[in-house]
Amino acid sequence: MKRRFACTLVFTLLASFVIPLLVLSAEAQDETVGSGYINVFNWGEYIADGSDGSINVNEEFTRRTGIKVNYSNFASNEDMYAKLKSGGVAYDVIIPSDYMIARLIEEGLLQKLDFSNIPNYSYILDEYKNIYFDPNNEYSVPYAVGMVGLIYNTKMVDETPDSWSILWDEKYANKILMFNNPRDAFAIAQFLLGMSVNTTNPEDWDRAAEKLKEQKPLVQSYVMDEIYNKMESGEAALAPYYAGDFLSMQQNNPDLALVYPKEGTNIFVDSMCIPVTAQNKKAAEMYINFLLEPEIALANAEYICYASPHKAVVENPEYSLAGNEVIYPPEEAKANTEYFHNLPKETLEYMTQKWNELKIGGSNNISIYIGLVVVVVVVVAAFVIRTIRKKRQNAYIDGPAGDK
Amino acid sequence: MKTMIRIYTVLVYVFLYLPIAVMILFSFNSINSTGVFGGFSLRWYRELFRDSETLNALKNSIIMAVLSSLIATVVGTAAAVGIDKMRSRWLKSVTLTVTNIPMVNPEIVTGVSMMLLFVFASRLVRISGVLGFWTLLIAHVTFNLPYVILSVLPKLRQIDPHLQEAAQDLGCPPLKSFFLAVFPTIVPGVLTGAIMAFTLSLDDFVISYFTNGPEFQTLPIRIFSMTKKRVTPDIYSLSTMLFAAILLLLIIINVLQAQSEKQQSKKKYY
Amino acid sequence: MNKSSIGARLAAAPYLVWSVLFVVAPLLMVVYYAFTDDSGNFTFLNFAQLGSYSDVFVRSIWFSLIATVVCLVLAYPVAYLIAMRHERTQRVLVMLIMLPMWMNFLLRTYSWMAILEDTGVINSILSKLGLSPVHMINTPGAVILGMVYNYLPYMILPIYSVLAKLERSMIEAAQDLGANRWQVFTRIILPHSMPGIASGLTMVFVPSVSTFYISQKLGGGKFDLIGDTIERQFQTSYNYHLGAAISFVLMVLILVCMAALNKFAADDEGGLLI
Repeated sequence: MKRRFACTLVFTLLASFVIPLLVLSAEAQDETVGSGYINVFNWGEYIADGSDGSINVNEEFTRRTGIKVNYSNFASNEDMYAKLKSGGVAYDVIIPSDYMIARLIEEGLLQKLDFSNIPNYSYILDEYKNIYFDPNNEYSVPYAVGMVGLIYNTKMVDETPDSWSILWDEKYANKILMFNNPRDAFAIAQFLLGMSVNTTNPEDWDRAAEKLKEQKPLVQSYVMDEIYNKMESGEAALAPYYAGDFLSMQQNNPDLALVYPKEGTNIFVDSMCIPVTAQNKKAAEMYINFLLEPEIALANAEYICYASPHKAVVENPEYSLAGNEVIYPPEEAKANTEYFHNLPKETLEYMTQKWNELKIGGSNNISIYIGLVVVVVVVVAAFVIRTIRKKRQNAYIDGPAGDK
Repeated sequence: MKTMIRIYTVLVYVFLYLPIAVMILFSFNSINSTGVFGGFSLRWYRELFRDSETLNALKNSIIMAVLSSLIATVVGTAAAVGIDKMRSRWLKSVTLTVTNIPMVNPEIVTGVSMMLLFVFASRLVRISGVLGFWTLLIAHVTFNLPYVILSVLPKLRQIDPHLQEAAQDLGCPPLKSFFLAVFPTIVPGVLTGAIMAFTLSLDDFVISYFTNGPEFQTLPIRIFSMTKKRVTPDIYSLSTMLFAAILLLLIIINVLQAQSEKQQSKKKYY
Repeated sequence: MNKSSIGARLAAAPYLVWSVLFVVAPLLMVVYYAFTDDSGNFTFLNFAQLGSYSDVFVRSIWFSLIATVVCLVLAYPVAYLIAMRHERTQRVLVMLIMLPMWMNFLLRTYSWMAILEDTGVINSILSKLGLSPVHMINTPGAVILGMVYNYLPYMILPIYSVLAKLERSMIEAAQDLGANRWQVFTRIILPHSMPGIASGLTMVFVPSVSTFYISQKLGGGKFDLIGDTIERQFQTSYNYHLGAAISFVLMVLILVCMAALNKFAADDEGGLLI
């Protein structure tokens, strides 16, 4: 009797937990299944998210349209490509860089945009239309523009750097950060060595890879967005990174400064596109149009601190970053810049292979090999000794007669 | 010698708790730094409650943990019963080997292999966007099942096999005889398995990393993406509160166990 | 008898179906991807490429071995001490060991970054004391420290649970027969704890050799381990075949180590039964 009562009690308790949870989870599902959501894939720290008094752009979109935004981040264009290509997730809006968009168009992975759903496209400045990766403006809408610069901590670096070579300076060993993606990392070496970042000559890539291997012992860490904490706290002194992010870092640590090295640097445009696997194209276009609303574009531009391709932002008298020399440099500074282009398949594979070699290579001394051999010898010896001992003990038990 | 071991053990405990102490300390940091302590402030606890994404991830983690441990417990207990009653020795040993695989395999291989399966299947059926709530649930149940089975199986082996037979001889239908004769004895094993499954699911990172989708982020995934960007001490506030909750729970369990043991020792004298 | 058997045997059916679908099939997928290339043809090319990754394998195994041995040396005295206490104290001490395990693994590792960094807790204290800072982060030592820290409880608990079952009378008997402390340890305690040690070795070595988060955070991405390489093939390089091949080799490696360990522990147990 007691047991039955206890059992029913346990069951009712479980049920009272389980059923609401199942309902909750079904709700969580309903929110995300069906036409009421879009999956947005963007760089990290690249949208106003409500911190530091900014608007939360995604929440504002949901509030105005009722469409939920599942916002996730990628650390590099290559990461985005791998996730997109796997087909595991159906993204509705992605915001990659120029050369990656060229690659996606070439591989037929992007949909043409229906610009009748994106009337705010008229705000885009002419200089950011018809760029090489989307010459007829069919697949992409520019989101932000930037250049890669050399960020340094004025308190930790004695001189004023003007060349990428300072990233190879032994004086700053273990205080140097480097890009954790192949394209950007190789570009630094390629600029330093005076070659094009879009070269298809394997020997050029070999030389660049050698330069990076030279640098590896001096590098503190290969980072992407982990750079914020490291530069702001003064953990590292030198790093190449994107100019807009530098401005956000500088707000938290005024000791930081940026310079565009004389050898030249990468200029890029990040644009919004819709993959062919998108589940909700209408909503995706609504989202892109929303990001081009003047007050949203302004809020975004103020928060991410990148150069904006948006007419109403740049001409807005309240735009605090108008004319900022870092993100809107004078024409001379832009003279030595190069866009990344999509590379042919063999070059890409070669680059990936070289990058793998760089990442896995390094500090393996002979001592590790010796150590492992010693361990194997010890283990085998222990095993052999034990077997011999066991045999001896068994012989002892069995006695000279040997019967058991 | 004994005092040396004691001092040494204390040092080991200090070592184990060092990062936790740092976490708790910096959760009360007044400045936005995880390296320098500025002063005492509750600022990050307030920030945490405004961070809807993290709170959402926490809710998702709990839902996933409860669901997957429930499913794993039911299927796993049934499986343990079935395995115990298996006649074919070959089938039994094969099943037990397969059960051991998720436990022995490194997590990254389990995660990667499940992702490959899901991607491959989705390509066959030409759906995209398969990774999400359901793939995550499947993955969690899969790595929970062995722990449930291996918690229940030993308890089953302790049971007198004739007990259930006797109940049936007395007119009990088979299912009822199971619940009345067998189940009460294995309940500790079932509960242990369920709790293990819950814990594993709550804290799982590697397997979830490969099998999840953007709509259903769990807490470890959320923390991982936070550590890939600018880290603010509000993560520490979250973990401090989780720590306090778990500490409280463990203290309660400990007190309850001590009490029940006292009662049991008292009973012996009657 | 027959009725209950059929019902009971069918009880395992859902689980069997599940494990074929979600345990066996994924592993077959790994094998499939490891032995094919992009166009679906059978090839050994992926394994041929692995030759250039031998550095990574050697490094991972070496780091994990060091971490495992350090864990064993650190854990044993602690497990012994706990096992020798009263039952109630045992429970409290074990609970205190398990508590850090409940904290999120990512955050525990990240906190070590905050502790070890050049501008982190230890160096701040050192500089306040006027000493020169020590560079600890992004070194092999930091990665091994991360492994030891995260998996130490998994070494302590199995050894403790085996030692707790050790009968004191055995030790007393040995002492009565004139054994000194060292002999008691090597002849009675150590062999008895072998199953616990074997279990602990596995539970530390396997996750250490396949981790990627610890090497990323505490190694700065400079000491790529097997886990990092696999993760990079799937998340960045989009080379599923190479990633599957590395995973396959990792699985085989672990299986071999565990088989060897089992034999070792089993042999020893055979020797005990005198």
